[in-house]
Amino acid sequence: MRTAPGPRPDNGAVDLARPLLEVTAATVRFGADAALDRVDFRLFPGEVHSLMGENGAGKSTLIKAITGALPLDEGEVRLEGRRVGFATPHEAQQAGISTVYQEIDLLPNLSVAENICLGREPRRGGVVSYRLMQNRAREVLADLGVDIDPASTLGGHPLAIQQLVALARAISADVKVLVLDEPTSSLDLDEVAELFRIIRELRSRGVAILFVSHFLDQVYEICDRVTVLRDGELVGEYLTRELLRIDLVQKMLGRGATELRTRDRAETERPDSPVVLAARGITGDHGIADADVDLGEGEVLGIAGLLGSGRTSLARALTGVERLESGVIRIEGRESRLDSPRRAMSLGVVYSSEDRRRDGIVADLSVLDNITLALQTEQGVFHRIPDARRRELAASWVAALDIRPPELDRPAGTLSGGNQQKVLLARLLALAPRVLVLDEPTRGIDVGAKVEIQNLVGELAENGMSVVFISAELEEVLRVGDRVAVVRDGRIVATVPAWSLTADSLLALVAQPDEDEE
Amino acid sequence: MTATATRAEGREARAPFFQTFLSRHGGMMPTFAAIAILLVLFAGAEAFLRGDFITPRNISALLLDNAYLMVLAVGMTFVILTAGIDLSVGSVMAFTGILGAKLLADGLPVAIVVPAILLGGAAIGLMIGILVQYFNVQPFIASLAGLFLGRGLAYVVSLSSIRVEEPAILWLQSTRLRLGDWYITPTGIIALGAVAIAAFVLHFTRFGRTIYAIGGSEQSARLMGLKVARTKVAAYVISGLCAGVAGLVLTAYSGAGYPRNGIGTELDAIAAVVIGGTLLTGGRGYVLGSMVGVFVYGTIKTIISFMGAEQSWMQIIVGALLLLFIVVQRAIVARSEGRR
Amino acid sequence: MRTMWRHRLFWPSAALVTLIVVNTIARPNFIKLTLRDGDLYGALIDILRNSAPLMLVALGMTIVIATRGIDLSVGAIMAVSGAVALTIIDGSDDPGNIGTVLVAVVAAVLVSLVLGAWNGFLVSVLGIQPIIATLVLMLAGRGVALLITGGFITTVNSQPFSYIATGYLFVLPFAFFISVAAIAAVALVERRTALGVLTESVGINPEASRLAGVRSRSIIWGAYMVSGTLAGIAGIIYASNIRAADANAAGVFIELYAILAVVLGGTSLMGGKFSIAGTVIGVLIIQTLESTILFLGVPSAQSPVFFAIVVVVVVVVQSPRLRRALTRLSASRSGGGGEPPTADNPKQKAEVGR
Repeated sequence: MRTAPGPRPDNGAVDLARPLLEVTAATVRFGADAALDRVDFRLFPGEVHSLMGENGAGKSTLIKAITGALPLDEGEVRLEGRRVGFATPHEAQQAGISTVYQEIDLLPNLSVAENICLGREPRRGGVVSYRLMQNRAREVLADLGVDIDPASTLGGHPLAIQQLVALARAISADVKVLVLDEPTSSLDLDEVAELFRIIRELRSRGVAILFVSHFLDQVYEICDRVTVLRDGELVGEYLTRELLRIDLVQKMLGRGATELRTRDRAETERPDSPVVLAARGITGDHGIADADVDLGEGEVLGIAGLLGSGRTSLARALTGVERLESGVIRIEGRESRLDSPRRAMSLGVVYSSEDRRRDGIVADLSVLDNITLALQTEQGVFHRIPDARRRELAASWVAALDIRPPELDRPAGTLSGGNQQKVLLARLLALAPRVLVLDEPTRGIDVGAKVEIQNLVGELAENGMSVVFISAELEEVLRVGDRVAVVRDGRIVATVPAWSLTADSLLALVAQPDEDEE
Repeated sequence: MTATATRAEGREARAPFFQTFLSRHGGMMPTFAAIAILLVLFAGAEAFLRGDFITPRNISALLLDNAYLMVLAVGMTFVILTAGIDLSVGSVMAFTGILGAKLLADGLPVAIVVPAILLGGAAIGLMIGILVQYFNVQPFIASLAGLFLGRGLAYVVSLSSIRVEEPAILWLQSTRLRLGDWYITPTGIIALGAVAIAAFVLHFTRFGRTIYAIGGSEQSARLMGLKVARTKVAAYVISGLCAGVAGLVLTAYSGAGYPRNGIGTELDAIAAVVIGGTLLTGGRGYVLGSMVGVFVYGTIKTIISFMGAEQSWMQIIVGALLLLFIVVQRAIVARSEGRR
Repeated sequence: MRTMWRHRLFWPSAALVTLIVVNTIARPNFIKLTLRDGDLYGALIDILRNSAPLMLVALGMTIVIATRGIDLSVGAIMAVSGAVALTIIDGSDDPGNIGTVLVAVVAAVLVSLVLGAWNGFLVSVLGIQPIIATLVLMLAGRGVALLITGGFITTVNSQPFSYIATGYLFVLPFAFFISVAAIAAVALVERRTALGVLTESVGINPEASRLAGVRSRSIIWGAYMVSGTLAGIAGIIYASNIRAADANAAGVFIELYAILAVVLGGTSLMGGKFSIAGTVIGVLIIQTLESTILFLGVPSAQSPVFFAIVVVVVVVVQSPRLRRALTRLSASRSGGGGEPPTADNPKQKAEVGR
């Protein structure tokens, strides 16, 4: 096993003089938006470094730029002092930058040894030598302390082992920089410990490790330094032992002033409003476990939590989009099985997906068709809503939500993010639902549209609709919600009235500062 | 660093042989199933026909009669392993067969004719491969174009059958190399040779492993730096080449080229490959399994003709078997997806 | 956008018009119509009549393709349908009886409906890939048809039955009216009910459709049933034309021509938005092309070569690669992933799993 030559630093101390990987003023643009805006980034040999940021912060773009999956529009990348520009991830690999992806990008149908060696497999005169290959694989695996049969098929092993094989492949060539993209999302505690042991071992050999994860605990456990991005810009570079958890989260989420009509707290205190939706012990397919939620009529429940905390899983479990592993949901007192979105809709519970592009908007269909889609399915296939009525309905929603451009026949995919969200909202509101669950409805939307949607939520609640509003922007949650539920690591850790919170205290709940800060 | 190799070895020795075998060669299960089916068929036919079925003559005839299909199945295996499909092979086989017959009838020497028809088959395969890889055309549409082309060209060469008198070609079929009551013809050797070469290439060359990699996950294969594009095109070229060889074999077998040959034969080839244990989703399967699949196909055909039943049962049974295998494959895939 | 819609039908229509014009120049008799005994004859009429089976199959194929599927079994279903109808007629006491013929036709169409339902079951319930699911019937269907006819090519002499393919109603061929009826029925059902929009929705974005409450399973299942039924009717017309049930010849290659017609008409093989009018024009293009080839003296058996070229040209023209080459000006960046990476395009990067 070959490792990069480099200084072997003392525990925690890093030689700040010579970065192994240096990114300067990196800028990547998609159309008019800058996914990365003049970002600087440094990685030193023998450190474990974490890249932190919420959705849309630019993390994945930066990683793609480093690993050769995306070219930079401006700025440069230097590896060991030399300027590099990789055209493919493979080139980056050959230069010593290896990545282990979240979705294991290996070949489940081939053996462990082949997965480790393929592309540089040992051959004798053009003929693949299985013996040599298995020996090499055995070496690498033993080095990592992983005990599996190299000849066994990869697909037969649990995900944690497959990830270690991916790791083995990454380090089996000259590796200088190792990028781990969400490596622990499918691992249990023991497997995480094992992975960390390996990471520490690699660090002591001088490998620079970029650890990308949304699990704050793990970041604090294993990482030496942290770089925070927000909205495509660099917020700062810090030593983890000098950065309080609460400060980290605050830097990730930011504090911005926005003009918004605040709801009068006293007005919205409705202690006697009937409970519309009561959920107990909600455990979803992946993410949320054992959650209890009560939603009153005309109430806005804000859900605050970081990406990956389980908040989306909770929303999807409550609305029939995801399967419920266990738990009970009562709608207006009656126990209900929400086993499909259709079923949930018939009970008045609707969901607006966080990825509106992937599973919200039907891109090639017109705005008109998108808005009337759910309403039409409710009516059934054979009772087509007359065209005049459809246009009238859609037009009224377009006007009410100020959807621009107000062209009903335009394919919905051509609208901006904010307007797409409004189209999605119109579709759901056209059903006159009882419960509206909005998952990150203002993500990636300009400030003006953000405010419009927040105000809309308030209006809907005042008219009796119950709304669940999920957002990573804590200020938004506080402003919009009557009560706030905080989700962390797959559980609801607190449900409190909004007026009892300040941005700081909410931040504290989300970030979970502890005495044992490292 | 502590070597845990010894610990690993010790554990391997203790693990039961069967478990290890499964974990290493689990993908062979479908092929074993195919072999089992073949044996069942043999046993059943033997019992049913009162000991008249398993004779050296019948088994030798199995290879002789289905050599062309075996060659087609070899080429098809390459394509299906990459999660593609080639619907053109029957038509290309007919085209190359009649082209060969025509060229021979026109007096061209065998040494020119044989390479020419192989080249013809490979060329059509190349066209399909380029459409699939560089124009992102779905494999079945691209190979449909190949089917059209092959069938049309076959009729362009000749509207009716052309007899082959060339002794070198006829020799391929008429010579019997005997071993007691068993015999094999040069065409049979060609077919078995194709299987052997393909097996070697698929398991011992980087090209072959890349074929499996593409079927496993094309994106991962690309990320690993494997030459995905040229390998995928090559798979279709190989399929076309095999169709050319099959055209040669079939022409030798029937002593003539016939433009109406091979209508629907691609389906038989696909069925043989699937029955032999290759998954249509790609990445899993063995060319030896495809050989078994061809034997299964041939045995069913022989049984049907022995029983005097109508040939139409042939298509129905093969279709039903194909369906069974597909459903089982789907169930296995669904279960393993759920597990993850 | 309206301009885009117009654009979609523009090229197919232009192609058809060009074909007709070229033919007329080459043989002025092409557009000549003669009236004999109250029936119209002429090359154009032949096209309208002969295109009927392909028209029906292509209509069904359009709906299936719109759901992101494909139906390769339509030829085999045609064979089975013909076999059923002819066996009933042949086995009856009076083959010339209209009642018998009606029963035979209805029975054949019902069987086809069941076969379509079978395909739909495999795809929508068992989740089998459409190519593979319909491949099974493509393989076994003709065998079943042969069984039904007892291994022979059943022939009948039945005036009412022959009328279907060769008879005239008012001045035009009866088969043409079947085409028109099918087009009208499909268009009406797809556009007057919500079925069309929902089908398109399922084809464009199955997951978003699910979240919007659309019943994908029923829609997909129904699409294959429609395809099967229409193929069954096409099989009747074919059998009526040759007055026989030829299990091996009925509908040979028709699935390929149908797919070509759909693609020519502007519907994408990726599913989603579909165009009935486009398919109709596509069928007419194919039929006119076939007529042109025959007129050129090319034996019909060789015509597949021309169609191979047409397929290649169409798919290359529609391919994203060509589109990219043509619009090289805009900075081609796949914002958010999606386009399949091509091996040697340096700007196009491999998806990195995010």
